[in-house]
Amino acid sequence: MHAPPSVTVEGYAEAEGRSIFPSLRLDLRAGEWTCLLGPSGVGKSTLLRLIADLPTGIEFHGSVRAEDGLPLEGRIALMAQSDLLFPWRDVSENVLLGSSLRGERSDRERAADLIRRVGLSDHANKRPSELSGGQRQRAALARTLMEDRPLILLDEPFSALDALTRAQMQELSASLLAGRTVLLVTHDPAEAARLGHRILMLDETGLHEMRPPATLPLREVSDPETIRAQTALFEALRGQAA
Amino acid sequence: MIALRNGVASALVGIGVWWLVVIVSGLPPFILPTPDRVAQTLWTARVTIADNAWVTIVEVLAGLVLGSLLGAAMAIQLAMSPAARTLVRPILVFFQAVPVFALAPILTLWFGYGIWSKLVMALLIIFFPVTSAFYDGLTRTPQGYLDLARVMQGRSWAVMLRVRIPNALPSLASGLRLAAVYAPIGAVIGEWVGASRGLGFLMLQANGRAQTDLMFAALFVLASFTILLHFLVDRLARKITSRYAPDHG
Repeated sequence: MHAPPSVTVEGYAEAEGRSIFPSLRLDLRAGEWTCLLGPSGVGKSTLLRLIADLPTGIEFHGSVRAEDGLPLEGRIALMAQSDLLFPWRDVSENVLLGSSLRGERSDRERAADLIRRVGLSDHANKRPSELSGGQRQRAALARTLMEDRPLILLDEPFSALDALTRAQMQELSASLLAGRTVLLVTHDPAEAARLGHRILMLDETGLHEMRPPATLPLREVSDPETIRAQTALFEALRGQAA
Repeated sequence: MIALRNGVASALVGIGVWWLVVIVSGLPPFILPTPDRVAQTLWTARVTIADNAWVTIVEVLAGLVLGSLLGAAMAIQLAMSPAARTLVRPILVFFQAVPVFALAPILTLWFGYGIWSKLVMALLIIFFPVTSAFYDGLTRTPQGYLDLARVMQGRSWAVMLRVRIPNALPSLASGLRLAAVYAPIGAVIGEWVGASRGLGFLMLQANGRAQTDLMFAALFVLASFTILLHFLVDRLARKITSRYAPDHG
């Protein structure tokens, strides 16, 4: 993997004359987890899609750039709320998706190693339909790691999981994605409080820097400082909803 | 097993009603023969029927295979090329609006009285449902898959081959199900318009000679073949669907 880049998004977005988000500046710091929190429909995922250069259906006036001046293309891996596993491929073939779409030789040894690291060795030859929700998201994590990209975009990847599985996935992701630049879009204050080096809140007025807990991630669920931060984030979210 | 038992039961009911109609109405055999007479003819004329059935079966199967292949290829071409969509789609819609039956005489003129005119009829009648079902599937790749492929810098041929086509196979399967029903219609219409062999030809000839029992026997064989074909294609389609359909896990 190459050195993780810092990324800056600057600008504003509108669709059919209606503002999606006002003028803002989003900085992702190299090697850190940035959590982007906010109510539904406020444009969090749109920001993520802009960074990934995916179709958004909006007009964006501004720029997305890496601080090292190199293009972002080919340096990004994506993990979404839906695991996006292909039902006709087994776990191992899903992990190898990237190389097969690029027409490259598949590194099966590395895939097997990553499948082992996410704890799916016994399931490598199973179809996604034979896996639980948590196992599926772990397969998606292995596929993301297989890409070995320095910038990771996570679009609410744990939101469909039950509480226990979600906590386990957060821990696994924090350890396996350490050292990369990560943007985590989430609507869960607890998740942001556990995982974020930085926590940002997006609402109609723009982007707001929130105070993360004083300790470094990954933080324990029961850590008092984390719970305090979580409560503050929750209140801030509620304030916006009111 | 239950399906088989129900099938046998409803066949018996059908034959019973048929028999009853013949007895009650007193229709002469050349208008409506009794089931036993048809069964007898089925046996005595078995060589003639088999000879002609063989011709029809070859026409249907060849039309089915070629029509499906061409239809699938056209769908992929349409999905890949915006130019093809703009230029070819209106033509396809136009031809789809032309009843294929109306083309039968001209096809016979062009391709002769042999197997080719029937094969082309079957092919044409299959081509459109396969193209439109498969094309529909190819344009409905989940956005998430395409996002993933784009971020992974997938090449367009690989995305077509490994994402869009597999994802559209269940749609192709429903097109094939329709095709299996349509193919015998195409072949028989072709035989009616001009042929020297085939079940359609045999039925038309038997009808003209008031050999209604032979016509019914040929019809029975044609229907049995169509049902068998439908059953086999349906099994294939189910297999494809269970393997490739989204599992919503």
